[in-house]
Amino acid sequence: MTNPLNSILVAVLMLNLFLLGTTRIVSVIRTVAIQGALLGLLPLLLHEHLSPVVALTVVTTITLKGLVIPGMMLRALRDVKIKREVEPLIGLQTSVILGALGTVSALLFADRLPLAAQHTGALIVPAAIATLLAGFILLVTRFKAISQVMGYLVLENGIFIFGMLLVEAMPFVVEMGVLLDLFVGIFVICIIVNQINQAFSSTDTRRLISLKE
Amino acid sequence: MALALIFVPILLAVLAAAMPSNRLRPWLIPVTGTAHLALTVFALTRPGLAARAAWLVLDPLGKIILLTVSALFFFCSFHAAGYLRHRAETPNRVFCFCFLAFLGLMSLVTCSHHLGLTWVAIEGTTLVTAPLIYFERTPRSIEATWKYMMVCSVGIALGLLGTFFLAYSSLHAGLDSALTLEGLLERAPQLSKPWLHASFLLLLVGYGTKMGLAPMHTWLPEAHSEAPAPVSAMLSGALLPCAFLSILRIYHICAAAGDVAFVSRPLIWIGLFSMAVACVFLVGQRDFKRMLAYSSVEHMGILAMGLGIGAPALFGTLLHVLSHGLTKGVLFLSAGNIYQAYGSKSTEQVSGAMRRLPLSGTFFLVGFFAITGSPPFGPFISEFSILNGAFDAGRYVTGGLFLFLLLAVFIGMGATVLKVVQGRASFSARNRPYRETFLSGAPIIGLLLLVSLLGLYVPEAVAALIRDAVLFLEGRP
Repeated sequence: MTNPLNSILVAVLMLNLFLLGTTRIVSVIRTVAIQGALLGLLPLLLHEHLSPVVALTVVTTITLKGLVIPGMMLRALRDVKIKREVEPLIGLQTSVILGALGTVSALLFADRLPLAAQHTGALIVPAAIATLLAGFILLVTRFKAISQVMGYLVLENGIFIFGMLLVEAMPFVVEMGVLLDLFVGIFVICIIVNQINQAFSSTDTRRLISLKE
Repeated sequence: MALALIFVPILLAVLAAAMPSNRLRPWLIPVTGTAHLALTVFALTRPGLAARAAWLVLDPLGKIILLTVSALFFFCSFHAAGYLRHRAETPNRVFCFCFLAFLGLMSLVTCSHHLGLTWVAIEGTTLVTAPLIYFERTPRSIEATWKYMMVCSVGIALGLLGTFFLAYSSLHAGLDSALTLEGLLERAPQLSKPWLHASFLLLLVGYGTKMGLAPMHTWLPEAHSEAPAPVSAMLSGALLPCAFLSILRIYHICAAAGDVAFVSRPLIWIGLFSMAVACVFLVGQRDFKRMLAYSSVEHMGILAMGLGIGAPALFGTLLHVLSHGLTKGVLFLSAGNIYQAYGSKSTEQVSGAMRRLPLSGTFFLVGFFAITGSPPFGPFISEFSILNGAFDAGRYVTGGLFLFLLLAVFIGMGATVLKVVQGRASFSARNRPYRETFLSGAPIIGLLLLVSLLGLYVPEAVAALIRDAVLFLEGRP
């Protein structure tokens, strides 16, 4: 059971690094979509038998994280007519290297946290922390509003991976609530991105400075 | 009962969304406010009203926050109706729906005994308040909404991770990991310590973002200063305490696990730091709504510090939630009236508010004295009690710094407030058509009466409620 699980998590980690190394916003959105869909498969691997609740979680996660949210972001992108991230705060190579360092330190750090017997050997905790860090790096170093939203989504993906440790423990209602909140959040953010574009004729968040102290 | 508190506002929100008339719709807000306050008083005066669902329990801590939320909403609802009538040409369907749903979600936070559900509710409040902040549709308000959504979403995401860590701490200890408060409190001593500590720090940062503790407060001055006045008052006086309640929950669990020493230090530090940051930005502040927002950062710092000091200061801290909420209501609502009369928030354009708007100008000044802890108002009693607690606990340095920061804030805020209320109003301000009405003035009078009442005499019912909550928090029900 651990092997296919770890293969998926390694793939997720590779996608993180790819995300940090690209400026084309379309490929960022598509990569996040692939990552989300891969994560949707995780509950399947962690449960021995397929209950309707697990099946529903898998279907909802894949639909929302893999299709609906990326679709909304692609639409928002088409509406605001931008293709590339402007020069990021730190260079692409630097962010990839930072991401790699983050992954390594996540592996080292996760060793220090005590794990329950049934979870040792799986890469869940380091993958979660590394994905979280990658999301942070994207969020902080990119200037386009849409790229920042993608950073937030990657961060949420990291937390979702950690949630896999708790699939038996988390009640279904809460899981759905979390997904719903994420979905509505992205929906609201999409609207704001559009409004920013209309009001400032750009989605560059560096223009949002009139409220600086 | 808990269900009624949550679903009455939500149902009325749906009704508001379905209502076709732009003129009549805002009146649903005071209707809801009155109904909710009546339900709250009913729920608080009937002890032993057991909730049906295991996840929704109205405990003593939740009751204090619920009372604050409901009382403040009651007054703000009338002001909101007046505000929307003044802007009759703007569509208000989204505003009414979100404002009412906001009340429902805050009630859910106060009743929720499942930490996952608490998270969902707190994130829900972020989502419904975003359109409220954006109501004015100016570029500045979009900017504020964007910052609010991004900073709070990331903060709340960390809160979710902290909630997961907490669940794992009980899973790791071989307990079935339910996130219900009762379950966690019962088995608190057996929880896995490394995960519990990590969870506390993540939740402090996560919900601390929502509560406006420095250095995660960056969204707060923007959102509070750009939102319409009743929304700002609710954000500051009710929403921030809801986030504080989530921090109280994890504090409660850590205290039950015997870890008070571990949690009190970060709380005191972050509290004093928030006060210091607020103080720096308050001195020489030219935007008077932004000044109020930084004052909220300061007071959230006081709450965190009071919680960190522990048992001797808990009474004062919980009383301060109530007195701060009501006083902020006075300040934000009167500041909103001044803003509408002058069309500016900067002290460069606003002066002579006492002559231009005798009622709001005076209340703004009185509210300033109240919030900075002058007798005979509510915040004086609660701040004095926290200070007493600090000295009782032997934390002389903390107490001394607290006093010094209070003084600095008084001077800093005083300069801005006096510029607003004194002098002569400019010619253009005097010619604007805005006049004070019953709806814009009466809620402030009501709030001020309550604030003065809390300063002169804490009603026995409220005091008993707070004593219960302190006992509950110390694990001696």
